[in-house]
Amino acid sequence: MKTLQHIGIGLFFTALVIFTGMLGLNNYEFKADAISIENVHHADVIKQKALEYEIYNTTYKSSFAAESAFKNVLNSAQKTLEENFKNGIAPEGVSEWDYRMGNGWIKGYSNSHVIAAANGPIKKSPMQFFLLTFGLAILGGLLFIIPKFSGIEGIKNNSIYHHALTRGLTFRWKALFLSATTLGVLLYGISYMGYNLLWPIITAVATLVIMALVIYKHEDKENRPARSSSPDITGWLGMIAGVYFIIFYILLYWMPQHITAWTDMVSPISQALSGNGASQWFLYGLMYSVIVIVMGLRMLAKYRHNKYQIWRTSSVMFFQTAFAFLIPEILVRLNQPWYDFKNIWPLDYDFFFNYNLNELTQSGGLGIFMLVWGILLTLIGVPLFTYFFGKRWYCSWVCGCGGLAETMGDPYRQLSDKSLRAWKYERYIIHGVLLFAVIMTLMVLYSYFSGNSQILFLNSDNVRTWYGFLIGSAFAGVVGTGFYPLMGNRVWCRFGCPLAAYLGLVQKFKSRFRITTNGGQCISCGNCSTYCEMGIDVRWYAQRGQDIVRSSCVGCGICSAVCPRGVLRLENGSVDVDSRAMELRTIHVAEGDVRLLD
Amino acid sequence: MHIAIIGNGISGVTAARWIRKLSDHKITIISSETEHFYSRTALMYIYMGHMRYEDTKPYEDWFWSKNRIDLLHAHVNGVDFKSKHLDLDNGSKLNYDKLIIATGSKSNKFGWPGQDLDGVSGLYSFQDLENMELYSEGLKRAVVVGGGLIGLEMAEMFHSRDIPVSMIVRETNYWDNIMPIEEAQMIGDHIIEHGIDLRLESNLQEIIDDGHGKVSGIIVKETGDQIECGYVGLTAGVSPNVSFLKETDLNIERGIVVNEYLESNLMDVYAIGDCSQHSNPAPGRRPIEAVWYTGRIMGETVAHTICDKKTKYIPGIWFNSAKFLDIEYQVYGDIPRELPNGISSLFWKHADNKKSIRINFDTSTKVVIGFNLMGVRYRHEICDKWLAEGIHIEEMLPQLALANFDPEFYDCYEKEVVALYNEQNGTSISLNSKRGLNDVFSFLKNKIRA
Repeated sequence: MKTLQHIGIGLFFTALVIFTGMLGLNNYEFKADAISIENVHHADVIKQKALEYEIYNTTYKSSFAAESAFKNVLNSAQKTLEENFKNGIAPEGVSEWDYRMGNGWIKGYSNSHVIAAANGPIKKSPMQFFLLTFGLAILGGLLFIIPKFSGIEGIKNNSIYHHALTRGLTFRWKALFLSATTLGVLLYGISYMGYNLLWPIITAVATLVIMALVIYKHEDKENRPARSSSPDITGWLGMIAGVYFIIFYILLYWMPQHITAWTDMVSPISQALSGNGASQWFLYGLMYSVIVIVMGLRMLAKYRHNKYQIWRTSSVMFFQTAFAFLIPEILVRLNQPWYDFKNIWPLDYDFFFNYNLNELTQSGGLGIFMLVWGILLTLIGVPLFTYFFGKRWYCSWVCGCGGLAETMGDPYRQLSDKSLRAWKYERYIIHGVLLFAVIMTLMVLYSYFSGNSQILFLNSDNVRTWYGFLIGSAFAGVVGTGFYPLMGNRVWCRFGCPLAAYLGLVQKFKSRFRITTNGGQCISCGNCSTYCEMGIDVRWYAQRGQDIVRSSCVGCGICSAVCPRGVLRLENGSVDVDSRAMELRTIHVAEGDVRLLD
Repeated sequence: MHIAIIGNGISGVTAARWIRKLSDHKITIISSETEHFYSRTALMYIYMGHMRYEDTKPYEDWFWSKNRIDLLHAHVNGVDFKSKHLDLDNGSKLNYDKLIIATGSKSNKFGWPGQDLDGVSGLYSFQDLENMELYSEGLKRAVVVGGGLIGLEMAEMFHSRDIPVSMIVRETNYWDNIMPIEEAQMIGDHIIEHGIDLRLESNLQEIIDDGHGKVSGIIVKETGDQIECGYVGLTAGVSPNVSFLKETDLNIERGIVVNEYLESNLMDVYAIGDCSQHSNPAPGRRPIEAVWYTGRIMGETVAHTICDKKTKYIPGIWFNSAKFLDIEYQVYGDIPRELPNGISSLFWKHADNKKSIRINFDTSTKVVIGFNLMGVRYRHEICDKWLAEGIHIEEMLPQLALANFDPEFYDCYEKEVVALYNEQNGTSISLNSKRGLNDVFSFLKNKIRA
């Protein structure tokens, strides 16, 4: 068994090395007939400059060299267009914005042309590479996971804190990663916004205000160094994994021109499904589904004695593969809008963006249905289902982010910070993001209906861009997944997701859901708190016999599973919705007035 | 008023917390074990890599100063009850107005040859854990002597690190001095299934010295077998940790003798938790009960008494729980190892040999007196209420599902239990309620009998 598993790990790492290394295999060659730019004014100048700079028929060895060469062309073209415009050479009747080529255009032209210029062994034999990467990784993963189905059923958490991948970081390392990432995102954000400093500055100020609120507002002792975030030892393997994930997300979100090797590899699959070549989003969706399925199998093996976990894991595997991946691709094949029927605003933050509204309203009956369905999910689905089952119906049964967290992220769930201080950060940040999402969406809708994108001193297009960059990409992706091995598997869900905040408000104030504690059985061992991915100090409640009603609880049920004394049960009950968690169930000094103290 | 508490385990800490809730007295907790309160029930999880020491602390470190509970990391060498002060190992004295002794237990040693060698230890304190860790590197085999809960915990700990373990157990079946035979056998089967070398009906003859004061093996009395090992865990029970008070006026038998208000024979001196011995225990309860929740209840009770709300210690109906490797165990009420005359047992066992439900009842009155559950979780409040009410088993069985506390989607076995009762008693009871929180609430709230 052990040998099989070791072979599995070996195969997985081989696949990972090939996957990483293949990024260097593509050559890049610009062809005259491949310059595809709709704007004729731009196109003319660019084609002329391309000849001037002799970029045709030169083979560039890397995406960086190709990008740099093409950007020279674009910069020079931009300059010429500027000069032409100044000198009045621009043709009559063409608007300034159509003629001059802003920085945003440069980024778009550059990315699409570098991607189109890619050529090499991967384009020639994509399936071979697919088998060597995806195929080998899946095989390795399965060899590692399948043996886990044998042996004795039960909780398998041995040596998690002995392992360099899962033992977590010291407080200082964590602080380093967090501040470096925050700083990096803000700096990159400045260039992302075309050197418009307004939004990066607002974000930096908001960050400092939240830190001040948490650290200095209540000048009390609760703000001493956080408890669970400071293990004595640091997981170096976890750090490497975290850095790898972070770089992967940076490339995926912001530099698709450098990962053509990956998109070329999966293009035939995309062709087969939707009839189109693969974008980075197709690559991501495919990887995501494969990971959720393979690591979902691991979860099923680990908790095969627990039917709640079996159903829940199967559910996230199904919703990711069918709803988030296959159905949208098939819709595209049928000339319908790409739509994930289980994605809900405000997590689905671009649902009310003009291009999405236009696409849906112009796509016939199905488009209108999608529009109505999305609005109904937000307005009625969320409160209704959350009233009946708690936010778990979404977060740990349906959601894609939750699905990844519960499968690939399961080995890191213990790394969530359980300190009171972390809880304070959580409340400020997640509700701040919800507020941001609401304001951003209202502005975007105002612009959609009024046709006016300037609101007071703010530009709704910029707000939208900044939200997409900061929350949609940096927080949800780079931090959300990159930080799995650093700060646990639910960093995004706990601190950032606006939908989780919305679901959480319903769960806290109007839901039948709670985690019941079993009388006086708790022995304060702390397994529940340790394995709570949302960083809830479950033990705090369990040891005083108080039922747990917390807006952040995603109802994964692991606290109940790891409890050695049968203390915790996820339950729904309607008779006490407004007084859940009021009673202390510990069976102890039984004097009426004393029982309810606290 | 200054209240000194010796011991920062669950009893002492609960007392301190409740005194703070009820008063503004100055509180000092003295312990030489660890600086902060941790849950000793989780020691095994630290060793097994499930948790870190930090994770076993039920309260964050700021909790103590915020609640004005002074922590003193020192060892109490002795107590001068006349002048009311403690002598600490750092040479200083600490005066008190009232003293709560909550020093817990120590592992039993029965005078075995070699019991004080290096590499021989119990598992009770944080130091015991450190000691275990110290000897684990390169350990070829460990031996655990004693067939109780801690013995199996220790075996599980070594087993989790792939260190072979032998368990030397005096009884015919694991823990059958407490458990009915069927359950004891089930656990024994499970221990063997895990590959632990379980040696029943075996006693320790001696622990062998390697010539350098360290353990090199043990000899089993019955067979004369020698087992080579680098570590011996002594887990043949615990007893009150009170030897440092032996030569004083304090009335000590096995533990510090206390009345129902947890008062010792000396004015202003109280004893709670494992180290206390009740002179007049409640019916069905033993004088010394070294379990987590009794320590917690005693702490809460003594706090009330000290804060001028004199309160009797009432532990209520016996309950407990444990986990034997992968099999969870819960007990509510009275489950003797052997059925006395006049008591019947309804015992249902799952075919997988890992789950069972036992309900004991009075043969003539049919009053339910206890539940013993393996691999199935039952709801404490429901069982407690049935037992307190003295419910007739045939009144209880139709609503048995109310007690089920297993996670959602789990198979429920109450139907099979009822069918078994029908089969054995020629009745035709049917299960008429499903498990559900609303039903539980209406049962708990609406049917209170005095």
